[in-house]
Amino acid sequence: MNTGPPAIEVRSAWQVYGQGETRVVALRDASLSIAHGEVVALLGPSGSGKSTLLSIMGMIATPTSGDVLLDGRQIVRAGQAMGDLRRIRREHLGFVFQKANLIPFLTAMENVLVALDIADVPPAAARARARDLLAALGVADRAHHHPAKLSGGQQQRVAIARALANRPSLLLADEPTAALDGKLGRQVMELFRDLGHTHGAGVLVVTHDHRALDVFDRVVELEDGIITRDEPRRPVH
Amino acid sequence: MNLAARDIRHNLGRFVLTSLGLGLLVVIVMGMGGIYRGIVEDATLLVDRLDADLWIVQRDTKGPFAEISRVPIALEDRALAVQGVASARRFVTHTIQRDYHGRPLRMAVVGLAWPHDRGDWLPLLAGRSLRQGHYEMIADRSLGLAPGQLLRLGKDEYTVVGLTSGMVSSAGDGLAFFTASDALAIQFDTSPESTRLERAARRARAERIDLGATQPTLFERARLPNAQIPALGPPQVSAVLVNVKPGYDTAAVAATLDAWPDVSVFSSAQQRQLLLRGPVDKARRQIGMFRTLLVVISAIIVALILYTLTLDKLHDIALLKLIGARDSLILALVLQEALMLGAAAYLIAYLAAQRLFPHFPRRVIVTPDMYLWLAGAVTVICVLGSLLGIWRAMRVEAREVLT
Repeated sequence: MNTGPPAIEVRSAWQVYGQGETRVVALRDASLSIAHGEVVALLGPSGSGKSTLLSIMGMIATPTSGDVLLDGRQIVRAGQAMGDLRRIRREHLGFVFQKANLIPFLTAMENVLVALDIADVPPAAARARARDLLAALGVADRAHHHPAKLSGGQQQRVAIARALANRPSLLLADEPTAALDGKLGRQVMELFRDLGHTHGAGVLVVTHDHRALDVFDRVVELEDGIITRDEPRRPVH
Repeated sequence: MNLAARDIRHNLGRFVLTSLGLGLLVVIVMGMGGIYRGIVEDATLLVDRLDADLWIVQRDTKGPFAEISRVPIALEDRALAVQGVASARRFVTHTIQRDYHGRPLRMAVVGLAWPHDRGDWLPLLAGRSLRQGHYEMIADRSLGLAPGQLLRLGKDEYTVVGLTSGMVSSAGDGLAFFTASDALAIQFDTSPESTRLERAARRARAERIDLGATQPTLFERARLPNAQIPALGPPQVSAVLVNVKPGYDTAAVAATLDAWPDVSVFSSAQQRQLLLRGPVDKARRQIGMFRTLLVVISAIIVALILYTLTLDKLHDIALLKLIGARDSLILALVLQEALMLGAAAYLIAYLAAQRLFPHFPRRVIVTPDMYLWLAGAVTVICVLGSLLGIWRAMRVEAREVLT
């Protein structure tokens, strides 16, 4: 069990959109923390606030109120960003989406390299790391192909390599297996589990796929912006 | 990592076609400037090449390039008698159009003061300068004549003995050089019936003036060519060109000549200015307005192209922001693509100009400074044109990747 500060911690987060009659509460007093090496599934129906919580944890949006801490460091206090969120995303976070979202005019290798370039990793080291990641994810032989020449599964693997390129302390995945068949979907979920356990990154996966829940350390469920379930599935490594 | 270069490489066909379209717009802007420069060069070419200090023209006219000017040939001798005048030579110019082998042949006839001026100063491509007082001509290449070719003008046939290049009038017609007397013969060539009527008219005029009463032989001479009866014939040459002796004040000589009541005097610089302020000025303004319009249209098209190219990449830009890309990377992506597009368009325009402009019917002169100016203008247009795309790219939110 990891005893240090959690990879991320959200405390009493509220997210409210609009005012008056158009006022919508997307998140109500949500608190959630993910430890390093912990792999968490976030479940919930459409409109339950999963994407909102993901945006807040991914430093894409700040909550209306509440705090966010990354590696014990306060990033958001009472709804106010305490630093450059884009820099924090660059240095500490990795993202994987339902669609691979690869940049179409870059090859698989370049899609990984661009994340390293943004993170100011020297070119030679970046190239070596990108090569290693693509090899680890089994797409090294497709390194110089553009996304249009890759299968859906290969594209998603390249996207995961890109998300891991900056060695993130937190990996966020939004329905990463929705576009994949059951077998491949499970492989990807297992990959997340292994990545979390091997690299020590906290992993949060938003999913509807209940068949692969056994790979997660913890399952969190949201309904109408409220965390209704938060229970461990297996011990955290 | 240069994202712009990779985007261009990936969408090379689109980039090449866009550059080609933009390049053709740039070549038109380039051509407009070149046409104006060509008109200026053509207009002032003869004044510059003839290298006269002073032009004596008909009183109250602006000289042969602005309007019809007629001065008597004897003005040469009068001018030579003025202190400080080194040389005075007649100058004849007029435009003619004839049918030649089924095509219209339009030329600006220039009469040289034979034997002092044989056209040795002309930039000859082939052949030689004039060696005879009559029936020889030097033609510009644009007239489509070849050395040795015979051309009938009026009652005489002229042999092309030399060819020049780039010698055209302000109207763009090729210049043809003759001796002044041949130029006059071409200008005043009339049908036999017209000649008979003119002889009768001369006799009538001679009878009405004192000279006819006191000089009976005048009636006998009335049948001779105009050049041999200056008292009866109209003034014939267009101007007399004067060069001043070294050490003499040109302005003082000009003032002396200008005091004569029948002529006006201009320096070469004034003659040049008259040309540029006259017909050339209208062409300059016309072309200038077209050019401005084209530059504005090009800028709008560039802005729209770059904006569209940016719109195509909004999702990628949002993704780059999501993974932490700095604004400078996004800005570089749009701006570098704009500059590469500008550079490609300029290169296409440059190559097209080199190949196309020599085939234009009038000279299109694009000087190095114009190429430089245009390169600067294309750069500015591309930078300004990319601002709209940059503005849009900066407004994209990272969260748009999630939608």
